[in-house]
Amino acid sequence: MKFKLILLILFFKFSFLHGAEKVVDQNSIYKNLRCLVCQGQSIGDSNSDFAQTIKLVVKDLVEKGKTEDEIYSFMADKYGEWIVFNPVFNKTNFLLWSLPYIIFLIGGFLIFSLFRKSKKN
Amino acid sequence: MQRIIKITVLIIFLFIIGVFFISLDKDTNYNTKNLIGKNISKINLEYFNEKKFYTEEDLKKNNYTLVNFWASWCAPCRNEHPLLLKLSKEKNLKLLGVNFKDKKNQAKIFLKDLGNPYDFLAKDEFGKQSINFGIYGIPESILLNNNLKVLQKFVGPLTLKDYNLIIEIIN
Repeated sequence: MKFKLILLILFFKFSFLHGAEKVVDQNSIYKNLRCLVCQGQSIGDSNSDFAQTIKLVVKDLVEKGKTEDEIYSFMADKYGEWIVFNPVFNKTNFLLWSLPYIIFLIGGFLIFSLFRKSKKN
Repeated sequence: MQRIIKITVLIIFLFIIGVFFISLDKDTNYNTKNLIGKNISKINLEYFNEKKFYTEEDLKKNNYTLVNFWASWCAPCRNEHPLLLKLSKEKNLKLLGVNFKDKKNQAKIFLKDLGNPYDFLAKDEFGKQSINFGIYGIPESILLNNNLKVLQKFVGPLTLKDYNLIIEIIN
């Protein structure tokens, strides 16, 4: 009985997760795309002609079943990575993503060493 | 321990100097030059006068194609028009004009008044197709070869320098 119950919970959990993956939030895509002809505005914030066109294209791509990542990669392919506010991890920007963790580890090591040294003294 | 701290501080300092050294030398003006060298696919441009579409196959027949996005409401498009008329005389180059978010009648008057340099005329009523060409403002022109590879991208009205470059490439 317990086993069946666990199976049932797992089934609902996975079907829920699977369903959630399929829903692409257009507004979050608009917010993560930069309006190239505006001053620091996202596509979602702007009413410019360019932003309106991008919104139409994103809507079409979502209707065609493209995922959020596929849409970002399409836009980055056409306009460069500058159009995406949240840049995708790749070999050119790996430092940008990994440096905070590296500094965190170095900092942790330094604090640990200092702490150990002061304890010895 | 003191040595490690000193080395770490020195590395961070050099890193910051390095970032400034590289970044301050960079051109921060946005452009879509990254499209040069890439291939354009999924071309689906509607004929200006008919319910037919220009596809990749149509453009592959030309040695070189200059795709020019224009509109009657766009003042800089008038400035580059004489150069487009000159380019239309080149045998090795076909001009595909894409009328962008424009009124049909106004576009017709524009071409009647200034002359029609285009071998092919298409329209992009809602601007959706322009995204495929990395357009973010008009006029913009894209020079393609017969493999639909982007050879050059001209943002803004064509200049004499751009004209000379196109002539150099196609010949």
